[in-house]
Amino acid sequence: MRPKLNILSEELVEQIIAEGFELLMDPGVRVHNEEALKLLADAGADVDMDAQIAHIPESIARQALETRPSEFYLYNMAGEPVVHYGGDSVQFDPGSAAINILDSETQEQRQPKTADLVKFYKLVERLPQLDAHSTGLISTDVTEEIGDLYRLYLALHYMSKPIITGAFRKDTWWTMKDMLVAFVGGEKALADKPIAVFDVCPSPPLLWSDLTCQNMIDCARYGIPSELVSMPLAGATSPVTLAAAVVQHTAECLSGVTICQLAQAGAPIVWGGSPAAFDMREGTTPMGAVGTWMIDCAYTQVGKTLGMPTHAYLGMSDAKVVDAQCGLESAGGAFMAALAGVNMVSGAGMMDFESCQSYEKLVIDAEIIGMAKRLIAGVEARDEPIALTLIRKLGHRADYLSQMHTLQWFDKELYIPSEVIDRGSLDGWKKKGAKTARERAKDRVNKLLASYEPSPISDELRTELRQIATRTAQKFGMDELPPLPQE
Amino acid sequence: MSDELYGKINASIVDGDPDATVALTKQALEAGLEPMAIVDEGLVPGMNIVGDKFQCGEYFLPHLIIAANGMQQALKVLEPELKARDQAVEVRGTLVIGSVAGDIHEIGKSLVGTIFAANGFQVYDLGVDVPTETFVAKVQETGANLLGLSALLTTTMTVQREIIEALEEAGIREQVKVLIGGAPVSREWSDTIGADGYAEDAMGAVALAKQLLS
Repeated sequence: MRPKLNILSEELVEQIIAEGFELLMDPGVRVHNEEALKLLADAGADVDMDAQIAHIPESIARQALETRPSEFYLYNMAGEPVVHYGGDSVQFDPGSAAINILDSETQEQRQPKTADLVKFYKLVERLPQLDAHSTGLISTDVTEEIGDLYRLYLALHYMSKPIITGAFRKDTWWTMKDMLVAFVGGEKALADKPIAVFDVCPSPPLLWSDLTCQNMIDCARYGIPSELVSMPLAGATSPVTLAAAVVQHTAECLSGVTICQLAQAGAPIVWGGSPAAFDMREGTTPMGAVGTWMIDCAYTQVGKTLGMPTHAYLGMSDAKVVDAQCGLESAGGAFMAALAGVNMVSGAGMMDFESCQSYEKLVIDAEIIGMAKRLIAGVEARDEPIALTLIRKLGHRADYLSQMHTLQWFDKELYIPSEVIDRGSLDGWKKKGAKTARERAKDRVNKLLASYEPSPISDELRTELRQIATRTAQKFGMDELPPLPQE
Repeated sequence: MSDELYGKINASIVDGDPDATVALTKQALEAGLEPMAIVDEGLVPGMNIVGDKFQCGEYFLPHLIIAANGMQQALKVLEPELKARDQAVEVRGTLVIGSVAGDIHEIGKSLVGTIFAANGFQVYDLGVDVPTETFVAKVQETGANLLGLSALLTTTMTVQREIIEALEEAGIREQVKVLIGGAPVSREWSDTIGADGYAEDAMGAVALAKQLLS
């Protein structure tokens, strides 16, 4: 049996869903996108075109829930299905779109540049606990207008795992789509075996901005999966009670699924989010708050009840340095997400709310993820009888290290961490330099980077990607992209 | 009699009961108390206590915001009476604030606006996704000496620079101190685009504004 956290009673789930549907009608959803408003009006929603508010009857949203896939896969570069969105599959990717990187040497935040993104992608590639990439950092050595697509451009040069990404504008989405199409060799190939998911974020309360709504519609039309990132801030942009925040989340996601399915029935879409329990002293959005984790687990349960694939931003910290707070908050969120059965848990490496990535935190988080995955694999009998035969054979001898049974099972039963986790003796630890977890993590970062094998993508593809990205860069006054670092 | 009413107004602010603040303010006017005295003896001391309690960690943002709303509503009641006497509540400064074009993030700048209002500033909150020319026009119209520009995205923070340039073109850059805020914004960015200041949070922004205007 797999350990599973159901944080809500079935009755509460039903009531949350019922109230979510009701919000779609009254007060309705603000939709600042003409195309989406038209789709909704044509489907029979009561749309006020001037006020840009759609009142969506439950029947239309229910219809969308009929056509959305309840599961789909993401593929790696070899064309193998490696990420399963659906059921209780649990996978992890790094937190995305950090505006700062915690410098490995100074341990101070600074703006990321091309070399940082490359280092980040290589590291994610080498961490087995991470199932997918994310466009985790925004590079500041290119013009802001291409900040979104440049992250993906670089990632495509280093990744074999699929990637979670997103666009910051309506027009740059097309450049990102073109690069993905070039990468997999055609639009049909991309729809048949998607390698990327686009995050699309409604704004609390109950608003679809023009940009994010268009991104979602465009994704749907090309069969590219999109991931709803609804983010009620409990007590600030949504009601403060956790259940009420989940009601708002439900309504926002239902409206997203509806618009997506009206654009293209059957398009893959994920029930996700990045809510927070608003901090009533600082006015901030803590990702390490227990209330935040509870909202995430609750909406995940709601999404599963509606048969949706799920996502959550969890396993992050609000700490500014890699310290005790950083570890405890990241572990708490990641364990909760794993137990709740979130299909894609985004957050590894992320700190200072969702603004800073750290290489050292990323490798420490990978250990947390390894432990969380082991936890949900559960306790199994393995043998029949479980223990009688073996214990009777050994009697009262403590000699299990020498048993073939131990050799057969130890690395399946026990999660074995990397050297980031210290389990040596005091003297042994001192002999190795008496290093803290962060210092050991820094050593591991360097070791992993040294083991990176260059991506086998062809020179033709490299040229094509560069041409596609450069064309858009030139539209925004940037003649040339920065060179890739030498291997 | 008057002391007792002032005390009640004071307590209604501290207890976060805007309806009571408004009712007591009306009652005080009916009792013939001077509107300016109601402000100085009733409302302001109450707000000061709330501010102190927030600073020392006893009170939280909802206390602060609700108390500030109570004070604002009471001031609206008093305004006609003050006008009739040719009086006005002294304002520390006038702030125009909003999220820049393309940015629909609301909560940060609303919080800053409310904290400024609670600290005796006149505040014009223009909302979100505010066109550059609207900022410029509002500063001209109100003669504001503070302009707060919020941007939460790397793609919209560049608009802060455009607005400063637009203020220069309109010839009103000297009249107004520009404060910038938002997650990707830093002191360095503030210097780069020629803003007058940046603060980490709402309280810091008020302190900065007071310093810039002194």
